[in-house]
This record gives sequence, C-alpha cells and structure tokens, in this order.
Amino acid sequence: MYQYTENDQKIIEERVAQFRGQTSRYLAGELTDEEFLPLRLQNGLYIQRLAPMLRIAVPYGLLNSTRLRKLADIVRTYDKGYCHITTRQNIQLNWPQLEEVPEILAQLAEVQMHAVQTSGNCIRNITSDQFAGVAADEIEDPRPWCEILRQWSTFHPEFAFLPRKFKIAVSGTEGDRAAILVHDIGLQIVRNAAGEIGFQVLVGGGLGRTPVIGSVIREFLPWQHLLTYLEAIVRVYNRYGNRANKYKARIKILVRAWTPEVFAEKVEAEWAHIKDSPETLTEEEVKRVKAYFTEPAYESLDDATAEASLSNQAQEHKAFSRWLERNTHPHRIPGYQIVTLSLKPTGVAPGDVTDSQLEAIADLADQYSFSEIRATHNQNLVLADVKKSDLFALWQKAKVAGFATPNIGTLTDLICCPGGDFCSLANAKSIPVAEAIQRRFDDLDYLYDLGDLTLNISGCMNACGHHHVGNIGVLGVDKKGEEFYQIQLGGRAGTDAELANVLGPSFGREEMPDVIEKILNVYLQNRRGDELFIDTCRRIGLDPFKESVYAKNHH
Amino acid sequence: MPKIIIKDKIVDDKWEVLPKVFLGEPPVNKLLLLPMKYWLEHSETLRLPVLGIWIDSDEEVEDIGEKANMFPVIAINFPSFTDGRGFTAGRLLRERYGYNGQLRAIGHVIRDQLFYLKRCGFDAFQLREGTDLEEALKSLNDFSVTYQGDADDPNPLFRRDQ
Repeated sequence: MYQYTENDQKIIEERVAQFRGQTSRYLAGELTDEEFLPLRLQNGLYIQRLAPMLRIAVPYGLLNSTRLRKLADIVRTYDKGYCHITTRQNIQLNWPQLEEVPEILAQLAEVQMHAVQTSGNCIRNITSDQFAGVAADEIEDPRPWCEILRQWSTFHPEFAFLPRKFKIAVSGTEGDRAAILVHDIGLQIVRNAAGEIGFQVLVGGGLGRTPVIGSVIREFLPWQHLLTYLEAIVRVYNRYGNRANKYKARIKILVRAWTPEVFAEKVEAEWAHIKDSPETLTEEEVKRVKAYFTEPAYESLDDATAEASLSNQAQEHKAFSRWLERNTHPHRIPGYQIVTLSLKPTGVAPGDVTDSQLEAIADLADQYSFSEIRATHNQNLVLADVKKSDLFALWQKAKVAGFATPNIGTLTDLICCPGGDFCSLANAKSIPVAEAIQRRFDDLDYLYDLGDLTLNISGCMNACGHHHVGNIGVLGVDKKGEEFYQIQLGGRAGTDAELANVLGPSFGREEMPDVIEKILNVYLQNRRGDELFIDTCRRIGLDPFKESVYAKNHH
Repeated sequence: MPKIIIKDKIVDDKWEVLPKVFLGEPPVNKLLLLPMKYWLEHSETLRLPVLGIWIDSDEEVEDIGEKANMFPVIAINFPSFTDGRGFTAGRLLRERYGYNGQLRAIGHVIRDQLFYLKRCGFDAFQLREGTDLEEALKSLNDFSVTYQGDADDPNPLFRRDQ
C-alpha cells in the first residue's frame, strides 16, 4: 500500500491549514456563502438537509487497519458512531459540525488520509477494481497507476474549476469491476503485441441525468504518456465544456455534441503540443510507486488440502457453505481466498458501518489479511488475502460482528444512495425502499435460486445509486411533493455495460416490494435452465414484465 | 487609485480596462487594456503607444498567439471565479506562446485562487472588492510543494531535485 513521502505529507498538512483558514474566514463573514461553496466542496464538505456531510477520500478504495481505527475514533468523537461507504469507494460522515471539520481533517492527515477533491467541479477520487492485485485475470495491477493519477490530479492548478465534476476509473482486468464505461475517463490497462503496457482510453461515459456509455478515443496509449494525454483531454474539456447549463456541463455532453471522433481529434491536436513534455512519466517514477504495491508475504500453501478441509466444514455447516459460496472469490495465489464483508444486513442502511464494526474489521484484517481492507463501489468491504484455512474462523467472527450476511451479488446486496433521509439533492428516500425489499426477500434459498442479480436504487436522477446499470434500477422521483419510484430493467455494469430501460409509470413506496416480486416472478416463469435474470430480461424484453406489473390497472 | 497585487506586492493599479462596448475612440494618455477583439480589428489604424489587452473567458488565446509579446500587460477576465477557463489561457500564453510580459487576472478572482493562478503563469491579481490584500498575500504561498509541472517549472515533482 502506498506510504506518503515527506512531500505527500507536507501537501496534506498544508491543505489542512488552508482549509482551517478558509473555515474561520467563512465563519467570520469574510468569505461569502457563494465563495466558500466550491472551496468546501473541494474538501468534501456539503451542507445537507440536516447537517453538513463530509466525504472522506479513499483513493482507489484502499484502507488499512490503522486508518479504520482512526475512522472509528473520528465517527465516535465527531459523529453519531457510524459512517457510510459510498458507491465511489469513499467514506461519508453524516453529522459533523462545520467548526470541527478542520480538526477532523487534521486527524485524518495523521494516518495519510484527506478529503481532497471528493466533491466540487474538479477531478475526483480515482476509483478502481476492489480485487486489484489479487484477481486471477489481471493484466497489470491498476493501483500504482491510480496513485500516479491521484498525485497528478491533486491540486492540479489548471483544473480546479472545471465546468463540472470529473471522474476517472482504472481497470486492470479483462472483466471490468471498476465501471470504466460510465466514467468521464475510463482507462483499461492493455498489453500490445510487443507485450508493452498501455491504456485503452475511453471518454464521455457517465450516469446521472443523461446516462451515456463511454467511447474509445484511443486504443493504445503507451504508459509513458498517461499524464500528458489526460492533461490534453481535461484541457479540451476545461476550455469547451458547457458552463452555462450545469445539466449539460459534463464531458459526455461535449463528446456527444462533437462526436467521439472529433473530440479525439481535438485531444490529439492539443496533445501534439505537450507530448514528450517533462510531465511524461519516467521508468524510475513508475518503479518507485510500484514498489509500494508489491505482494504481501504469502505463504506457500497446499491448495488441495485447504480445499478438502473447507469442503468438510461446508458440509457440516450449511450457513458457512452459503457464506463461502456468495461472500468469497477466487484468489490468484493457491491456498488464499478473497472475502467480502457484507454491509447489507436487513435493517441497516446499505453501506453503513459503526465505529465498533470498523474496529472489529481492523482486527480481522490484522489477524487474517495483512492489515489491508478495500472499499467497494457496491458499498461493501473486502479482505483480499485470507488463507483458506482461516475462512471458518473468520466467518464465525464476522457473523458475531454482523457483516457475514451471505448475500453478496444477490438481490439484497443492493446498491443504495443515502437518499432523502440525508441528501438535499434527493427527490425521494431510498433507504426505506431498500429495507422493505430486503425484508420481503429475506429467504436465502429464494435469493440463491434467483442467483446473481443487481438492484440499484437512486433517490434522484443524479444516480449515485447507479440505477441505470442495475439489472433492476429504482429511481426516486418527486410528483407534486410526493415521493414515487420509477423502475428500469435490463441494465448492467462491467465489460458489456448496458443502460436499463424504463418499465413504465412509477409506483408509491409501499407498492415497491409487490412490484419487485411480480418482476421476479416473470423471470422465474420465463428463465431457461440456469439463465441469469439479466439474460432472461434481455431475451424476452420489457413487455412480459409490463403486462404483469401493470395488470391491475386493467381490472 | 485602486490597488492590485503585482508579484508579491500591493501597488496602485494604473491600468484601466476598456469595456467591450464603448463610445467613440479609446482615450489617449491612459494606460489602457483594450478588448482583444477590438485590438485585432483595429491594430492597423490604432495610434496609441504602449497598451495592453484583455481576453475574455470565452475567447481563444490562439487569436493573439505569437503576437502576445507585443504587450507589456495582458489581462484574462474571470466573469465568475468558478469559470476556470482562464487558468488554461494563462498556461497557454506562458508555455505555448512564451509570453513574458505581465499576466493579470481580472474580474471575479478570490484570494483562495492565488496559488493556482500563480502556477498558471499569472503575476498580477486584481482581487474582488472588499478583499484584505495584506492578508491575501499569504495565499500566494498556501503550499510549499506541488505535484505537477506548471508555468513556473515545467518539471513535475518526480523530475525535480528532492
């Protein structure tokens, strides 16, 4: 995991001092609301419905036990004892006091954390695959590249006041877990025929009000040119992105207006000026950063023995076998497994985690996974390097602490934004809908029979809950002051990302579990063999679902 | 006379910005910043001696390009402090066209942008009315380390002597 140099630490500490000054000038009336707004946003601070919300950066989702314990301490001292994992791998505090935020930032800086550029019209936290470095199908570990991009984008002097927010994601595997098709810039690590590393560059993807799948503007960018090429893209966007209408200000609108081909030409023309400038990456720098992401001290283990004893344990304990099946993933090293800790038990807002749970997870990470933890865009936490022989013991402890719900990848592992309970942008609440669905479908055999299925809920069209790329997407809408929910079907994330289609008129909150059940029944009646929900849905189209869901209207 | 920060000093601002729309001829015997477009259209016939221009955020610095060094002062207008196009304009004038005169930020510019502006090549800053300029000077040095190359030093941190 990356460790700050003296320079990195100095930059973060100077930022704390700068924000302390800005906050006190604001409180003294020297900075107007309008002027403080972008300054505080660029430090992750929103003024929300009930209290300020502070979004803490978790660069590419990577945490360690020291950081989790510090976070536990902070949420206990400055908040109400819990925090929230976001769909961009960050962490949010819901109840900090404005006056105390500089102190929170100072505490975070002690463990090399910050809230830099977690909001505002600037380059945001760089996100990546939660299985980076341990996935079996990896071309190259994306984390060093994410760190290089983090440094390049941190306080970039030219790009602090872009037309709109700007999100970059990097994937190092063929199967995409970083959602690179729906980011302002998506980077896919590729190897050319000569075996050299480079990036396929996509631009103009995004969710929000106008969901768009990104377009490839360069098939192979040699790694040396990563920073200059991205500088060219963001420069073109900074100059020509729409600044008059914030709903048309994202890069996707510019790319669509110009066409990806013309946009690519503009970028190449700009790049021609700055290609090979000193911002060109050096072998030495890449080596320096990569050195922080070397393999942990894996033991040489006999996989067959470990598997045999796992299968015995699984036979004896059905609950363990369920957890093993849903909440663990293959690791590229024999004898190891990846574990996902579910933050989606019924009755808890999806992605919420308490101070004592953070500490319990830190303990588990210390004991079983080289002290590292990853946050996922599905709002769970991952222990990436667990010995198979430790899985049973880990499961028992995770169960006691409340994050062993064996539902990863199922309907109840739903993605859900904080919604109208917290967020001032929301049109409708999303947490109660999530909870009602989790309560209705709490039968594990039923869930497993449904198989892999994503259900994503957003409380407004800003789409923090990624509803456009859920197999089932739920969007909160406001109709004359009342909350309704629109359903979309057939979306998916990943390599073959597709946008969902709207089913029809929206529903009241209390109708939602019934509606979801009808949709699931249509799937169960129509699926062929072990066909997944998304495949049945794509094959039969929306009509059978419409007929079932809206049938009562014809009585 | 209004005050302006030039480099790291507070001084009298002797230059006057001529709006895009004005009556008659530009006044003589004044240090004037002419709208870029006006200068481009009238440069052949203008009889003013030393003058500067100002460029608005929706105009292209390429239009002045190589001719930039004819002017002792070029100002970039920020219609709103959240309009970040001027940052790119500054870098292009300095880094692409080698402009070495005074580059000033005008319009709605706030103290908290000084450090970024300086790194994008600006060396004169007309801060919004009501700013405590003495205090604002501190923000020119908000950070002592930076990651990227910029108008001052094209080398990013990883190429600098550390």
